[in-house]
Amino acid sequence: MKQTPLARVLVTLLLLGLLAVPLVVRHFSAGEAAGRGTDAHASLDRYGFALQDVSHAAGINFIHEAPMLDPKLAGIMPEVASMGAAVSIVDFDRDGWPDIYATNSAIGSKNHLYRNNHDGTFTDVAEQMGVADVNQRETGVSMGAVWGDYDNDGYEDLFLIKWGRPELFHNDQGRGFTRVTDQAGLPPWINANTAVWLDYDGDGQLDLFVGGYYPEDVNLWHLRNTRMMPESFEYAKNGGRKYLFHNLGNGRFEEVSQKVGISSRRWALAAAAADLRGAGHPDLFIANDYGVSELYLNDDGHFHEAGKETGVGFAPKSGMNVSFGDIFNDGRFSIYVSNISEEGVLIQGNNLWVPDTAPMLKYSNLARDLGVELGGWSFGAQFGDLNNDGNLDLYLANGYISLDRQRSYWYDFTKVAGGNSSIIGDAANWPAFDGRSLSGYQLKRVWLNDGAGKFVDVAQAVGVTDTYDGRSVALADLWNNGALDVVVANQRGPLLLYRNTVEQTNGWIEFSLEGTKSNRSAIGAQVTLYWNGKEQVQQVSGGNGFASQNDRRVHFGLGKGPLIEKAVIRWPSGAVQTLSDLAPDRLYTIKEPS
Amino acid sequence: MSQPTTQPQRTESGTKPQFRGWVPTSSHLNPFIPPIFITLILLVGNVSFGILESYTRTLLAIGASVAAEMILGRIFFHKWPHPASSYITGISVGILLRSPAFWPYALCSLLSITSKYALRLQNRHIWNPSNFGICAMLFLASQSVASLSIQWGNNLASLIVIWLLGSVILWRARRLHITLVYVVSFIAFSFLRAHITGDPWQSEVAPITGPMYQLFIFFMITDPKTTVRSRTGQCVVAVIIALVEFVLRLNSSIYAPLYALFWVGPAALLIEMWISSRRNTGGDPKAVSA
Repeated sequence: MKQTPLARVLVTLLLLGLLAVPLVVRHFSAGEAAGRGTDAHASLDRYGFALQDVSHAAGINFIHEAPMLDPKLAGIMPEVASMGAAVSIVDFDRDGWPDIYATNSAIGSKNHLYRNNHDGTFTDVAEQMGVADVNQRETGVSMGAVWGDYDNDGYEDLFLIKWGRPELFHNDQGRGFTRVTDQAGLPPWINANTAVWLDYDGDGQLDLFVGGYYPEDVNLWHLRNTRMMPESFEYAKNGGRKYLFHNLGNGRFEEVSQKVGISSRRWALAAAAADLRGAGHPDLFIANDYGVSELYLNDDGHFHEAGKETGVGFAPKSGMNVSFGDIFNDGRFSIYVSNISEEGVLIQGNNLWVPDTAPMLKYSNLARDLGVELGGWSFGAQFGDLNNDGNLDLYLANGYISLDRQRSYWYDFTKVAGGNSSIIGDAANWPAFDGRSLSGYQLKRVWLNDGAGKFVDVAQAVGVTDTYDGRSVALADLWNNGALDVVVANQRGPLLLYRNTVEQTNGWIEFSLEGTKSNRSAIGAQVTLYWNGKEQVQQVSGGNGFASQNDRRVHFGLGKGPLIEKAVIRWPSGAVQTLSDLAPDRLYTIKEPS
Repeated sequence: MSQPTTQPQRTESGTKPQFRGWVPTSSHLNPFIPPIFITLILLVGNVSFGILESYTRTLLAIGASVAAEMILGRIFFHKWPHPASSYITGISVGILLRSPAFWPYALCSLLSITSKYALRLQNRHIWNPSNFGICAMLFLASQSVASLSIQWGNNLASLIVIWLLGSVILWRARRLHITLVYVVSFIAFSFLRAHITGDPWQSEVAPITGPMYQLFIFFMITDPKTTVRSRTGQCVVAVIIALVEFVLRLNSSIYAPLYALFWVGPAALLIEMWISSRRNTGGDPKAVSA
């Protein structure tokens, strides 16, 4: 039976029409990103804020140095040494002005602690404070830092995340730091990229989660052999172990991960904690490279892994970030997990896990629907109301390895990464990088939340035009003027300080919390603000994003003509405090009622 | 990986099975075994490793494929085609295509099935449908899709199971020689590439141990409707596909096997048709179109 000529014409037209569909889709999706104009006034008029790189003017001239690992890894050094640039915010001297801590990763390189001079400039005081010279051949190098007042003396202490010996520094009332690692009882070596301060058992003392990446018996500078790579690109379980250090209250910690139900050898890259069910205890979300995410729900001090039952742990990707944000202003946290997307090669897409309304905790990935799915080789991300319009926006750092612009390593990467575990797991089988890039020189994303269920990328328009290999992002009101500024740590690149100028007609309010029954850092406290018929929840974080930590002060944008009804604080101790008679454009310092 | 079922059936020899695409009609192979086999790959892969973006996307690909086959078969051939062939196409799209979005799965299935009806010569479609659909998506929609390449468990057990099952089925269908010739050619060219590039030979062999190749070598290059008829010809074409892939890989083409089949498969069929027409017309090709 043969087709008639008319039928052949029709089916050919149908095929041509179908072939045209991707072009139509591309045409319409290309219009979603905002234009590239970088005029600050135009950006202010149109988006309500503008970001300006003021790093040099602020006295920040930090360039990250990547680690140089065992020579056996020389061929793929850019890949295996692709992390370590990290930034966290802390007011280490309690002067009311946020300071900046940036990590370095080459042997002999120095970490920097930038003290806020209150005038828009910063001074590196890491050397004099004793937290600079921490990257040494015998003890490994820095991968990040998280701050928490583990002894409740009022000053934030420093936990240094390392590929090497983890370090705990006690803050001596803002005048210096004392290394207390040995007294604390921490293990001799962890190859970690993430750590989180949290009070998992509600005893008022901060505990510490540390997520291993490479196995802890691997010394990356003295390899026994080259079989230290993941056994699979998306199903690897041969990474580092996880640690939960229970604070015993005497300066010592007890490792209790197995005892409380945390057991995993996935390759953790990011973790964050928040009470996601209103159960009174923080749950723990871990984004794993080479595999699924894990969600450890906290049942009164004992955890059970609920990734699959909640929907977040089914599809394996390359998790590199965990951020919580109440993006719909409904009093619930969504979770942003970054992954890899490279056009025509690997489209994992980032995940925006939005909680369903069902009684059981269940999440749906709405990243595509909301427009925050494709961000290149994505790393750190943070939610924050950048234009103070009352909706949380999203800043995303990206870009993996920027070397030769003209030559890509992607082909060789896919060649090996899809192979049998005996091949992918051995670094000796990986072709040499030979100066090639891998998802390099990528444009950052600054997704503006329109409050109606869509995010639009305005990065280029508001002044974020760098193409460094972004890793860690932290937000803080560094000028104490009600605007969230952005600090970005770039691998083998500069630490960027983007000062934020916000449309003055939008209001804001900030809270600085101090626990009494709860841990003094108030980490885990949730503040729900009610204003103009809206509701938004935020929390004090003990580490989030990728190897980063935002300022402990929580910041709310309020939009125009705000009328604040109240703020409700749920302290980690379980106490609930309601604040009324609040005025916009002010920072409130709140102490937990004893 | 599938064809309309309304065409006259081709017999390779008196004792060999007849095929409706990948659905043989003789007693040598139960017609439901290929669909069952690929469904098993899908289910084992997803239960073990979560290879699918989601069941819904795969179901969408299958639904779009079967629906398109039904509609186009009914309109253009006035018969309801057997759904097994389009089911295999749909499930292949569901496995091989990677996209967080839904629309690429439906579109790829529609492209695959429509190509069977639109791109025909001498009442034969000349592209393997899912190969055509996926390549078209990779060419035209690279911002939204990729193909299965580095996702799967990278472990040996699943590979061995697929190889054993696949080999038995292909042996029963008398097509195992195509797979074997291709695999041997690929490995030989891998060592040659390693010699040329200086990369570890393991990295050159690695792709064939990955997931994309399992579908490629068991379903795509052996598709009865889009391979040449003679056994020798099939072996030669398998070598040429591996050779073209070799060249593409030297140029860092990530989807080299898919693209190699995209170009070599139709070319081989066209050459076969031309040779056949010369024989039928005593060497006067003009007589074909006369």
